[in-house]
Amino acid sequence: MAEPDIEVLTTQLLKGDRRAAAKLITIVENDPDAVKRVISRIYKNTGKAQIVGITGPPGSGKSTLINQLASYLRQKGRTVGIIAVDASSPFGGGAFLGDRIRMKDITTDKGIFIRSMATRGCKGGIARATGDAIKILDALGYDIILVETAGAGEAEVDIMNASHTTIVITVPGLGDDIQANKAGMMEIADLFVVNKADREGADIVVYEIESMFRFTDKRGWKPPVLKTAVIEAIGISELAERIDEHFNYLKENDLIGERLKRRVEMEIANIAKEVMVRELEEIRKSEAYKKLIEEIIEKKTDPHSAADEIMMMVKARYIEK
Amino acid sequence: MGEKNIRILMAKPGLDGHDRGIKVVSRALRDAGMEVIYMGLHQTPEQIVEAAIQEDVDALGLSILSGAHIILFPKIMELLKENRVDIIVFAGGIIPDEDVPALKNINIAEIFGPGTNTEDIVKFVKEKVAK
Ligand SMILES: Nc1nc2c(ncn2[C@@H]2O[C@H](COP(=O)(O)OP(=O)(O)OP(=O)(O)O)[C@@H](O)[C@H]2O)c(=O)[nH]1
Ligand SMILES: [Mg+2]
Repeated sequence: MAEPDIEVLTTQLLKGDRRAAAKLITIVENDPDAVKRVISRIYKNTGKAQIVGITGPPGSGKSTLINQLASYLRQKGRTVGIIAVDASSPFGGGAFLGDRIRMKDITTDKGIFIRSMATRGCKGGIARATGDAIKILDALGYDIILVETAGAGEAEVDIMNASHTTIVITVPGLGDDIQANKAGMMEIADLFVVNKADREGADIVVYEIESMFRFTDKRGWKPPVLKTAVIEAIGISELAERIDEHFNYLKENDLIGERLKRRVEMEIANIAKEVMVRELEEIRKSEAYKKLIEEIIEKKTDPHSAADEIMMMVKARYIEK
Repeated sequence: MGEKNIRILMAKPGLDGHDRGIKVVSRALRDAGMEVIYMGLHQTPEQIVEAAIQEDVDALGLSILSGAHIILFPKIMELLKENRVDIIVFAGGIIPDEDVPALKNINIAEIFGPGTNTEDIVKFVKEKVAK
């Protein structure tokens, strides 16, 4: 992507242009070399939005909940960005992104922006570009950003690091194997939602989660366990209140900065790792690399010394850029 | 730019409730490595065009069985134009032959009738988007 285009798009973004936001998200998803130019131009304008992650097993009602929560927040006058992540297929890399099916009510509201995103091989329930897409919607000026994870059902630490508040959804009738997962989810949940409470067994699930917390409450915040039937919008206003309550808790205890620090720490390590891997992959295609292999086989050098040399090549390549 | 994943929006305007065809095509496109954003049934032209903007897709696939294409397709094309969304639009479903020229006239790139091989649709989308 050419420099002037990015300059124009980021300028438009900061003026609140939704189309520019859409185009910029495409760029950060596809063009690793352009990401830096996008984010460096908007980074100063980020940090205003409240970010909420929503995770839970497939079919638990994440998208339906977002549809209802976003409508509710709009009634309260807040603008809402939504990033809905689904898994890419391990075969061929395509993806079926179906979260919009449940978000019909909010599609044409100009105070809402919905973007579907595929994981593209990332394991933690969000994509590599999700964090940057959040920044773009933040810079666009949306008040609150809701991120739906791909719902791997495992502890999704990445979403916890990306958000202020992480909601873990569960539903009755998932069976015993979900128990083990719940333990992993304990660490990331700021709020539990037991959805589909219109069905039998919700109270038992609430009880189970609450009893797991009886002995594990080391933090100042004890995650509330809410019952919802989001399909009928039951429990949405309380959920919205609790989300804000948690955000206020973070603010009052100076924990926003702490979370940010944790996020930035992870983020720069990941970015640096990606850059190195990318440079390394380029070097592997080079003649110099093939020559090193030959030299190792001929015992002129050894694998470890060769690796040192490769690191020097990575550095040289990067400086050249 | 690196290799860009093709993104397709699949939507079903109109009131009929048959989504088998559009789901089969969506899966075929997915299996061919594309990212398919599936909107589901009963979408208005406004909803479809707004989603196309937000999702920044390369192409839009429309499916219709109810006969309402004569009203809905021009409306969608008009809204796309109004919003300066320049993407490939293709359609499928039950569309009488005599309507095809009019639809091509409003820039719908291709119409796939019932019984079209999904491979042909995949090939079409890949070729068109590559241009
Ligand atoms: N009975 C009942 N069904 C619900 C409720 N909430 C959602 N559902 C249904 O559960 C199904 C899955 O809902 P989604 O919102 O798509 O769930 P999801 O967690 O986003 O699913 P994935 O994105 O596929 O992981 C849909 O058929 C919903 O209508 C609820 O409160 N009660
Ligand atoms: Mg969903």
